[in-house]
Amino acid sequence: MLAKLAQRRNVALGRRAILGLGAALTGTLAFGRDGAHAETSETSPPADAPWSQSIGAGVVDRPYGKPADFEAGVIRRNVPWLTAGTESSISFSPLQHLNGIITPNGLFFERYHAGRPDVDPDQHRLMIHGLVERPLLLTMKDIVRFPSVSRIHFIECPANGGMEWRAAQLNSLQFNHGMISCAEWTGVKLSTLLEEVGVKKEARWAMVEGADGAHMNRSLPLDKCLDDCLIVYAQNGEALRPEQGYPLRLVVPGWEGNVSIKWLRRIKLGEKPWYSREETSKYTDLMPDGTSRGFTWLIDAKSVITFPCPERPLSGPGLYEIRGLAWTGNGKVKRVDVSLDGGINWQTAQLHEPVLSKALTRFSLPWRWDGKPALLESRVIDETGYVQPTIAELRRQRGSNSVYHNNSIQTWQVKPDGSIFDVQLG
Amino acid sequence: MFSWARRGVPGSMAALLATVMAAVAAEPGHFGYGTVPTPQQIAGWDIDARGDDGVGLPPGSGDVSKGEAVFAEQCAACHGTFGEGEGRFPKLAGGIGTLKDDRPELTVGSYWPFAPTLWDYINRAMPMPAPHTLSADDVYALTAYILSLNNIVPNDFVADRNSLARIKMPNRDNFLWTDPRPDTAAKPCMSACADPGAVKITSTAEGKDLTPRTTGPLDDMRAK
Ligand code: HEC
Repeated sequence: MLAKLAQRRNVALGRRAILGLGAALTGTLAFGRDGAHAETSETSPPADAPWSQSIGAGVVDRPYGKPADFEAGVIRRNVPWLTAGTESSISFSPLQHLNGIITPNGLFFERYHAGRPDVDPDQHRLMIHGLVERPLLLTMKDIVRFPSVSRIHFIECPANGGMEWRAAQLNSLQFNHGMISCAEWTGVKLSTLLEEVGVKKEARWAMVEGADGAHMNRSLPLDKCLDDCLIVYAQNGEALRPEQGYPLRLVVPGWEGNVSIKWLRRIKLGEKPWYSREETSKYTDLMPDGTSRGFTWLIDAKSVITFPCPERPLSGPGLYEIRGLAWTGNGKVKRVDVSLDGGINWQTAQLHEPVLSKALTRFSLPWRWDGKPALLESRVIDETGYVQPTIAELRRQRGSNSVYHNNSIQTWQVKPDGSIFDVQLG
Repeated sequence: MFSWARRGVPGSMAALLATVMAAVAAEPGHFGYGTVPTPQQIAGWDIDARGDDGVGLPPGSGDVSKGEAVFAEQCAACHGTFGEGEGRFPKLAGGIGTLKDDRPELTVGSYWPFAPTLWDYINRAMPMPAPHTLSADDVYALTAYILSLNNIVPNDFVADRNSLARIKMPNRDNFLWTDPRPDTAAKPCMSACADPGAVKITSTAEGKDLTPRTTGPLDDMRAK
């Protein structure tokens, strides 16, 4: 990054030859080393920075924009030792660097079972058949003609936090919570398409299937399909990203991400569920008594403090704003409480508008840190009255082998030097 | 739209009428976009076989010994000759009786509730580098082989649409298909919710050396 900065500055400095290269480099290094604290850099007051005394790049220099070069570290990341390869794997959104409730399209978490296909939209089709009056084959051009809706919803992989069932393992917000993202989705209501094909009265379930190599498929109860499911082609105002199912995906609001089939190509109605591999071998929850729970679709209410966090420690005593995100598959977040002492005492945080159903919701609480050790936690209560549990409570009910649906309270340990660690309390 | 409620129709009846009206409003084919797929078009993509009763399994068959040969060629590189799993690739056999253990082993034999699901999954998703390229007979043979590795069928077993649907997998009766959540009962207590002496750190990620770096380029770390 330093080299890049120096290079850019030299270009910018071309017109200011009076400044020697040595001085430019010195200034650069000071900036790079101390970040925002470099007070005497020639780019900060009283000096006028080089970019204030030169002309910048013109329009369409970057016809499709990209983040500042200085943000190059803000990327999706994976845990290489977790999976055999990257084609059936997961990457995590950098929640520690995100602001607001919308995940930028390039940072939306990825989950593939057979890699990311690059689907040609002209050749893509959606077939709807089975227990319907009139089977239908739709092109993308057909699909965009249907009445459209836009909705903001999160998608969370139910394995988010799955590595923490037994113990605190990963010292990171990104890796412990980054299998969630939130976007504005635009498309057609699934109910509109089902009315168009005419649902036969024996139909109770839908099998939804992707065009990827996994031919990923799941069963969904017809009630949910007719309630709030969306068939979407756009994400935050632009076409879906290939990573999120371009050109067409299902969004099943509030339910585990796996059912929101990407690269959607087929919907078949039937009278029973399919019991596919992804809803038997996987995405089922093993209990300590050896039984398993299947069709556990709902994302229970969950919250997490996103600042401070292991990636973004505190820089000395003083006033801070504790910030975080909360969400629930049940609908809206009603309240978030924050504890500074590991759950002994709680204060209610402020929720930030908009508070939308089945979407990420921001919360914050001002905090004057005295430099002493602290144990930060957040706890969400949703509109059904459901209260986010501790990991100890979850383990009492489900043991520690159920992999999915760990929606427990996250504890961040604050040390006197301001560093933050992922811990679990007994 | 006028309001039924204002005209004195009770709420529940208004809701019912709204549902009826919505159903009437959109007859099948109302928009008329797209085409009705031909039976051949449907057949090409209609690949699913239902797990619990095998509905959708195609004609064809395959036995254990043919399965062993196809497996050696197409699958063993990742899953091991006997389904033991190479490296972090999934194990396909073993683990029966371990589901209550501290470290249970979930495989086709120990965990999967339905045999037709195995045919369906191999057919749709395997072999990983070239999914959905095997013949129905080969998929039957592979299914027979993997079931035999788990001692669920004898070595002379022939898999077909009828025989697979009749198999009772060892873990079949241990699934609950209705979600019992909420199963926790946390209370929104605000003060003195726990005894300060009882708040102890029981585990920490500090020093575990399992976390890839979260700055700079991607970390290619392997487990230590
Ligand atoms: C390149 C490596 C590779 C090859 C070759 C391969 N597989 Fe797989 N297989 C995988 C991976 C990876 C998974 C897990 C995929 C996932 O979960 O998304 C898997 C999963 C499976 C599963 C499901 C396991 C479970 O318990 O859920 C079965 C069954 C299976 N493979 C059978 C086969 C068969 C049969 C073949 C040969 C025709 C084959 N595989 C070839 C890598 C491979």
